[in-house]
Amino acid sequence: MDKWNTPLLDELEVGDWPSFVTEIKRAAEKSDAAADLLRQVERSYLDNTGHWKRGGVVGVRGYGGGVVGRYSALPEEYPGVREFHSLRVNQPAGFFYTTKKLRELCDVWDQYGSRLMNLHGSTGDILLLGTTTENLQPCFDALSEIGFDLGGSGAAIRTLSCCVGEARCEHACIDTMDITHDLTMHFQNELHRPSFPYKFKIKSSGCPNDCAAASARSDLAIIGLWRDTLEIDQAGVGTYVDDGLNMFDEVIRRCPTWALEWDAKEGQLRINADDCVHCMHCINQMPKALHVGKERGAALLIGGKAPVVKGAMIGWVLVPFMKMEPPYTELKELIVKITDFWAENGRPRERVAELVERMGLAAFLEGIGIAPCAQMVSAPRSNPYVFWRPEELEKHGED
Amino acid sequence: MAKTDFGPPHYRDMLPPLIAENYGKWRYHTIPQPGVLKHFSESGAVITSVRAASPRLVSTDFVRDLCDIADKYCDGHVRFTTRHNIEFLVSDESRVDPLLAELAAKNYLVGGVGHGISNIVHTQGWIHCKSAVTDASGLVKSVMDDLHDYYTGKRTLPAKLRIAVACCVNMCGACHCSDIAIVGIHRKLPEIDHEMASKVCEIRSTVASCPTGAIRPNPKLKSIDISDDKCMYCGNCGAVCPAINTMDPETDGLSIWVGGKVANARTTPQLSRLAIPYLPNNPPRWPEVTEAVRNLVEVWGARAKPGERFGEWIGRIGWERFFDVTGIAFTGKHIDDFTHATASFRTTTQFRF
Repeated sequence: MDKWNTPLLDELEVGDWPSFVTEIKRAAEKSDAAADLLRQVERSYLDNTGHWKRGGVVGVRGYGGGVVGRYSALPEEYPGVREFHSLRVNQPAGFFYTTKKLRELCDVWDQYGSRLMNLHGSTGDILLLGTTTENLQPCFDALSEIGFDLGGSGAAIRTLSCCVGEARCEHACIDTMDITHDLTMHFQNELHRPSFPYKFKIKSSGCPNDCAAASARSDLAIIGLWRDTLEIDQAGVGTYVDDGLNMFDEVIRRCPTWALEWDAKEGQLRINADDCVHCMHCINQMPKALHVGKERGAALLIGGKAPVVKGAMIGWVLVPFMKMEPPYTELKELIVKITDFWAENGRPRERVAELVERMGLAAFLEGIGIAPCAQMVSAPRSNPYVFWRPEELEKHGED
Repeated sequence: MAKTDFGPPHYRDMLPPLIAENYGKWRYHTIPQPGVLKHFSESGAVITSVRAASPRLVSTDFVRDLCDIADKYCDGHVRFTTRHNIEFLVSDESRVDPLLAELAAKNYLVGGVGHGISNIVHTQGWIHCKSAVTDASGLVKSVMDDLHDYYTGKRTLPAKLRIAVACCVNMCGACHCSDIAIVGIHRKLPEIDHEMASKVCEIRSTVASCPTGAIRPNPKLKSIDISDDKCMYCGNCGAVCPAINTMDPETDGLSIWVGGKVANARTTPQLSRLAIPYLPNNPPRWPEVTEAVRNLVEVWGARAKPGERFGEWIGRIGWERFFDVTGIAFTGKHIDDFTHATASFRTTTQFRF
């Protein structure tokens, strides 16, 4: 036992997986805030409940977000965490760092905070956990000196994030890191000053493997894909087969649309490009032999979210294909149309998906000026209750 | 006047030179050993990525340790993955083995690549969240202490397995789209501090915050009432009105969800589905949860076909057999009664006995 007297948490220093308790103790050697965090969390482990108060709006000058106010419910017992606010610090796209930059960040946080951080938060920010109201502004000033800005919180565009993309992945159909950085810079005002009905998340994945979980975890998912034919290197395919790949069991029969044929005699893999739905399975199995196509862009999905409040959603196809070239003007204009329409029509704490569900996708599309297309639905409606407007009646069903 | 709206550091200034030179030129990759990825560029360049586990909640000392290692082997560059892993990017192949040796000597766990379990995506828990039923970091530590052989590649699985932990039903931690998810839940009506509500709550917005219409104004107390036959304990009202308390250590607990995925490979992305409605919230080691997760991993691991994700396996064998082979009881709690519930009812006689 060490000087901290935290028998319950000490049990979480046993075992091979790296221990967050050890990390809190390391910080606690030099930080009273971390020491009292350790004690308060031990208390939580003892009585099975959290000890943070709700509410408390704090921030830095000029911004409406980026700081999450946090106060201990037991400040007399744990004065070090009386105020334990966190700063959401916008990470560089792709989570790449120089050690110089990371050390500068540590220096700032040692001076102004608890010496504890998350690399990274669920949304993508660097979360600097635990500082006082008094230290917020000087800490932000010091962060800005080393080039770190705050991320989003509240009813705002939240910090964007993405997969590694073209920086280190052969599947990337779009430059996820550049899109993320460009949109982040373009929407700084919407990110820092909440003005929407609720949060709005944007994530980008370079291919339909969706390593950024964009379709499920962002209101607007930007997912790279191609619309020509995937590239096949027949010699490379042969190498995988020679190395033991069971072409029929592991590739052909697992293609969701039976778009592949394997001619074992000729050693040729053939694809019917019209049938391919670019699911990535065959490419994942043979990355050295199969490659994404040449005509690349992104599909945009709208509405992905966690359960609060009308249930979890996976994003719906909004745009099946959009070219993604800097400065991404079409994308930016679309984001503005979406957020304008939502700001106008959304209720407080209503995410975009819930607005679409309440108003109907057709009305939403009309509101943002996008034409309906069959890729948007898994099937057309099965009920006959179709809205018609008087002016449409003259047209005998033609548009 | 302080600067504002200058944004994050530009990623271009953070890239290792080899990454910058081969940006957009990567051609394929291999996995030479667990936790190690080799990417080959059309230029002929090769970069080796060594992935290691992180507790996500780290001290600045930990970050400086990483920096020291990255200075020694990676020319001062390091990155992190979307699942909180550390990645050392090695441009000089001769440094890979010495790096692996140093990481092993310092007890870093190298892994998280390919057919196994990567790091757990999770939430703050008692460390920093006001609405946490449980402590996410402690659950992650407990589950991964038990299952890290699947992280390091000592043991492998039929496909990748993504685990997430969220300390309440807000599911901030990707639980709605993970192969296995652990989620903190409430099981009883929130408590209302009527006197406080009369002072701090906006009645209209509190009533409107309820997705099931369970909240009605109580004009006599200038407060609200919550109907116990409609409330399903989502806690949304508590986020609008601080006089409403959803937390109850006596009755709160944990639930286990399975079968979610985000990749489009083979099958479409899927939401996670309820497997176990309630387990006790039992720190510091949560034995009921670690045992339940291990059971799920092992049953799937033994029965799935190669390359078959958890939800794909259930899709093939059917939910009735899933409950059978995992020994989990199917109950009325598993039948959806919220929005879109009927979409989950069986409409075919295709099922198994």
